[in-house]
Amino acid sequence: MGGSTGCWVSETLRSSIGKKGLMAVTGLMLFGFVVIHLLGNLQVYLPDKQALTQYGHLIKSKPAVLWGARLSLLAIVLVHAAAAILLAMENSAARPVKYHVRQWREAGYAARTMIISGPLILAYVVYHLLHFTTGHAHPDFNPDDVYRNVIVGFQNKAVALTYIVAMVMLATHLSHGLWSLCQTLGFNHPKYTPALRFASIAVATAIGAGYISIPVSVMLGILK
Amino acid sequence: MKLILHIWRQRGPNDAGKMVSYDVPDASPEMSFLEMLDVLNERLIEKGEEPVAFDHDCREGICGMCGIVINGIPHGPRPATTTCQLHMRTFNDGDQIFLEPWRAKAFPVVRDLVVDRSAFDRVISAGGFVSVNTGSAPEANSVPVAKKDADLAMDAAQCIGCGACVAACPNASAMLFTSAKVSHLGILPQGRPEAATRVQKMVSQMDAEGFGNCTNTRECEAACPKSIGVEFIARMNREYLCAALTDRPEAEGGGGV
Repeated sequence: MGGSTGCWVSETLRSSIGKKGLMAVTGLMLFGFVVIHLLGNLQVYLPDKQALTQYGHLIKSKPAVLWGARLSLLAIVLVHAAAAILLAMENSAARPVKYHVRQWREAGYAARTMIISGPLILAYVVYHLLHFTTGHAHPDFNPDDVYRNVIVGFQNKAVALTYIVAMVMLATHLSHGLWSLCQTLGFNHPKYTPALRFASIAVATAIGAGYISIPVSVMLGILK
Repeated sequence: MKLILHIWRQRGPNDAGKMVSYDVPDASPEMSFLEMLDVLNERLIEKGEEPVAFDHDCREGICGMCGIVINGIPHGPRPATTTCQLHMRTFNDGDQIFLEPWRAKAFPVVRDLVVDRSAFDRVISAGGFVSVNTGSAPEANSVPVAKKDADLAMDAAQCIGCGACVAACPNASAMLFTSAKVSHLGILPQGRPEAATRVQKMVSQMDAEGFGNCTNTRECEAACPKSIGVEFIARMNREYLCAALTDRPEAEGGGGV
């Protein structure tokens, strides 16, 4: 294929569909992380205020598992980002002269801004790690009291607002990404695609709402 | 109808090109879009100016030659309609209309609104042959084709290769075109023997031509004058990824096992 003599794996992965496939598979994995992370965070609502902190201790109790998961996530993010950069550069090169007038009929806001929402979410994740994982960006960080870190962290309105904006971006990204990854991996059929497109938006909205509820609850004094 | 047209004028492939405005004071709602341009061109010729170059052939929506981005939409505002089948009654008196060529690196502008779409021909020829016997007509039931397969293959085969999908795509991707060409053969039993190599070669050629990548925005589907759906893109993704895993190259002296 293509006159090259490389192995079939690299040839497949370097093709347009291969790079899209990498985006889709890593995107699905990151979606899995986002769901598990949300379920972990929602323990903040449990009547036992130590539940979230105990969950934090549980995660950190096996350093090999913790670092295995962290490095795997890092690798997944790097592949997702690298594929995105390569694809975006090719896309931009594919239309050197832009249109004077452009009308969109199907492409929604989420679909057209994936390449913007993605890096912004990544930038937020870096800040988020400095805020709640290492504590460098936290005013009063206590590694042994996860619950209190959350409450204190979100009592700052600017911090809470940044979090809410980031989660809206995450939900926007997922609302297109979930359906899009199915399409890229070849799942499209009149039997289920309309439901899939609806579910993509519904699930993204639910995830965004779940995350956003936490700083809102802190600011309203429901969590304290 | 009084119209103001803003048309992309470019003398040749290496000219920078620019938008030029023209008044059309006497368009009739019954004219087709291309007839309206014919009227403008006759007037330009009378004045000794260079007429606007645009592609067209059958003018009945089946050849795939015409194609102008009209007010930011390939083939204009009517769904499932080629530029030649668009009529001026779609517009209002006093409208300003922007006319631009298909914009893609793989479709270089030849002149004004004419682009070179031979990249599409190379994608098709990269697909290679289909195992169909020539000679007298075969017995109709020797290769059974289920009605639903025939229908689906015909849906894909409707592609006239106009390139509106590329023009509409925010990334100038040719996935809808290539997927239609891959599918209309791949769905039929006659096209199955070469399906795995066909999809790999056509995608490889599509990439080599410098088209962009699909971001599943579905703009192509909305612009396609033949209403070809992105379901065929998913079908091609499926076929390509499966072919990468299962296709084996031809080996010297045996099956390579």
